[in-house]
Amino acid sequence: MKRLLASTALMLTLALPAMAQDYTPDPNAKPGGSITVTYKDDVATLDPAIGYDWQNWSMIKSLFDGMMDYVPGTTTLRPGLAESYALSEDGLTYTFKLRPGVKFHNGREMTADDVKYSLDRVTNPATQSPGAGFFGSIAGYDAAGDAGLSGVKVIDPLTVEITLSRPDATFLHVMALNFASVVPKEAVDAAGDDFGKQPVGTGAYKLAEWTLGQRLVFEKNADYWRAGVPYLDSVVFEVGQEPVVALLRLQNGEVDVPGDGIPPAKFQEVMADPAQAERVVVGGQLHTGYITLNVTTPPFDKVEVRKAVNMAINKDRIVQIINGRAVPATQPLPPSMPGYTAGYAGYAYDVEGAKALLAEAGVADGFETDLYVMNTDPNPRIAQAIQQDLAAIGIKANIQSLAQANVIEAGGAGTAPMIWSGGMAWIADFPDPSNFYGPILGCAGAVEGGWNWSKFCDAALDAKATEADSMADPAKVADRMALWSDVYIGVMEQAPWVPVFNEERYTMKSPRMGGEDALYVDPVSIPVNYDYVFVTE
Amino acid sequence: MPAYLLRRLIQSALILLGVSFITFFLLYILPADPVRQIAGRSATPQTVENIRQQLGLDQPFVVQYWRYLSGLVQGDMGRSYLQKTEVAELIASRLPATLLLMVAAIFCELLLGVTMGIVAALTRGRLADQALMIGSFLAVSAPQFVVSLLLLYVFAVKLGWFPIGGYGTFAHLVLPALTLGLLGSGWYSRMMRSSMIDVLRADYIRTARAKGLGRSRVVLRHALPNAILPVIAMIGIDIGVFMGGIVVVESVFGWPGIGQLAWQAIQRVDIPIIMGVTLVSACAIVLGNLLADLITPLIDPRIKLR
Repeated sequence: MKRLLASTALMLTLALPAMAQDYTPDPNAKPGGSITVTYKDDVATLDPAIGYDWQNWSMIKSLFDGMMDYVPGTTTLRPGLAESYALSEDGLTYTFKLRPGVKFHNGREMTADDVKYSLDRVTNPATQSPGAGFFGSIAGYDAAGDAGLSGVKVIDPLTVEITLSRPDATFLHVMALNFASVVPKEAVDAAGDDFGKQPVGTGAYKLAEWTLGQRLVFEKNADYWRAGVPYLDSVVFEVGQEPVVALLRLQNGEVDVPGDGIPPAKFQEVMADPAQAERVVVGGQLHTGYITLNVTTPPFDKVEVRKAVNMAINKDRIVQIINGRAVPATQPLPPSMPGYTAGYAGYAYDVEGAKALLAEAGVADGFETDLYVMNTDPNPRIAQAIQQDLAAIGIKANIQSLAQANVIEAGGAGTAPMIWSGGMAWIADFPDPSNFYGPILGCAGAVEGGWNWSKFCDAALDAKATEADSMADPAKVADRMALWSDVYIGVMEQAPWVPVFNEERYTMKSPRMGGEDALYVDPVSIPVNYDYVFVTE
Repeated sequence: MPAYLLRRLIQSALILLGVSFITFFLLYILPADPVRQIAGRSATPQTVENIRQQLGLDQPFVVQYWRYLSGLVQGDMGRSYLQKTEVAELIASRLPATLLLMVAAIFCELLLGVTMGIVAALTRGRLADQALMIGSFLAVSAPQFVVSLLLLYVFAVKLGWFPIGGYGTFAHLVLPALTLGLLGSGWYSRMMRSSMIDVLRADYIRTARAKGLGRSRVVLRHALPNAILPVIAMIGIDIGVFMGGIVVVESVFGWPGIGQLAWQAIQRVDIPIIMGVTLVSACAIVLGNLLADLITPLIDPRIKLR
């Protein structure tokens, strides 16, 4: 088993100017061959403006390109369809120079008009894109409609100028999101609502076959603009497969990567067998599992009570429940996220200390409350562990185990005093600390229907967050990260969350799969980066 | 007969209308918002409202239901909220697999269940009967997931006789059909046994035996057609169960049936798909029962449809 630690080195690379480095492909990589990837659920859509689940995210990445991209296996930005970019001194105008000669799968050359069309489309309310909000800093976003974004201008066929209404340090990450993928207007018009089934992009692969409920076949794009990749001739996705069965098929040599990972029931068996464990790659993930404490519901309106709950939870035991596939968390940000405060201990497990804090808050005898949880394994078991930990300090938590949609509804409505986030926890959309704040800890999310289930809203922290996000100058990255670190430590002082653990990723592969380990725990392509992996036989 | 058929068809239409109303209403009052599923976690309140308006989900219940019904009578089941694909296309793509598995499974259930039931009835109280009844009890109480995996492990992984899941050839069909057949045969054998025991006590059986007919002829020609009536009614119900989808067996064997579609839609509050699948399976139950009722007089001429 090889372990890839999300290291300080990773954070440092992010501090370098974005264009500084690129990827050196494996010299041993051989082109050709095909791999089989399995999933339990059918793929919802391959429309980059719509697709927003962890399953289609990496598929869409391989079919489409945006102006920005990441160095494979890392969170380092690199240019995609843009050859270069320049930022104006006031931090408000980005000028992107496009790569010449890039062709869509339909053979037409991609131009600046396509970039504008794609950004107009994703922000047009008629598209119903779940990612539209990411583009909120582009000028004219609020008036976006059929007329398009006033902030996006085509200067010449290979130059696009994007004007922002406010400086936005995360903007290049936003341009690397799938939602910013460049699509050809004629293909979207021809397919209409079915574009998600008939995708046309500039990506490394093109969709060759999709039999609903059965399989999808991605075929190598021979005209791909990045030289030398992809290596594979095709990737076959078989859907509707139970994870346990996918593992059996992998052991039988029929499957190369089980997309849903190693099923919990088989985890110990696999890891105990050296031959199989050797083919499991472990890596960090931009994920935090947490308990929200609704600060508007007594007695969680008292900070002492919230701190007491933080001290009452035995995180190590909860990590054991999920076979040790996580590390205990001390703060909202996961360790591999820039802005993470190394050395911050958070609230240590301390039952007596927790009781003392409850007494200080005037609830020495404890109280009764509800803990909402999603009803799929292992979440109810984790909720039981939380329930027992709380009982030890006198808090009686009744578990409300519900379907995901119902928990999200209760969280948004603010009717849930406590929620265990498992199954709905935050996984970053892009590797930047701001992505963990706005919707889930900021005032903007603390509204009816928002994702800030603690309903925590601190104007001073919000102001700091806004200040951090306006520091778009690449030279100020370190200052910006320090500011974000302050914001999250400020959040912890008020304890609206109990950060419980940061999940790690375990990707299993067949013996014939090649490519460095980082590609199998690629932070932005789950389960693997299809463009760069190869087969050795 | 035509009058009977007409009456039954009108009844069926009313039942389907009722099912559509109840399902639509339950989904309407469900404390889960489909718009939030579509909008995702990064959406602004404005985006959420926009989507709600576009889908007409801001309208009162009656308006929403009326719109759905008007679409439905024109053959439009709407588009999936999340996939944007036509519901009719999604269901149609799953229908062949569902029907194939249903027919094969019912065939296995009948073959196993009816045989077991007859043998048990004929050996009533003896060892064979007891063994069969214990077997049928185990079959009805065995969890689908365990049995499916067990069969898959033994016959596909270890022995390699069948592929490890998938769809397309006869070999792919055997294990899922056998799993469902084995599990369902428990119900059929119990039903068949008790019905057969009743029939074997009847006067006409004694007469048949008295006039010197052979045992197999008595059982197959005289007893079976009478004893099988309740079993046929049960097939009607079974059709509905299979059309609603057999999520567990489908997912273990990677069978692209309607159950997986329904399950995913429920998880994601994709109302048009949930409505579509519910109505298709309700249709199947209604039709299955109608067919069972129409077949009955062919087997037992004493029964008249009025």
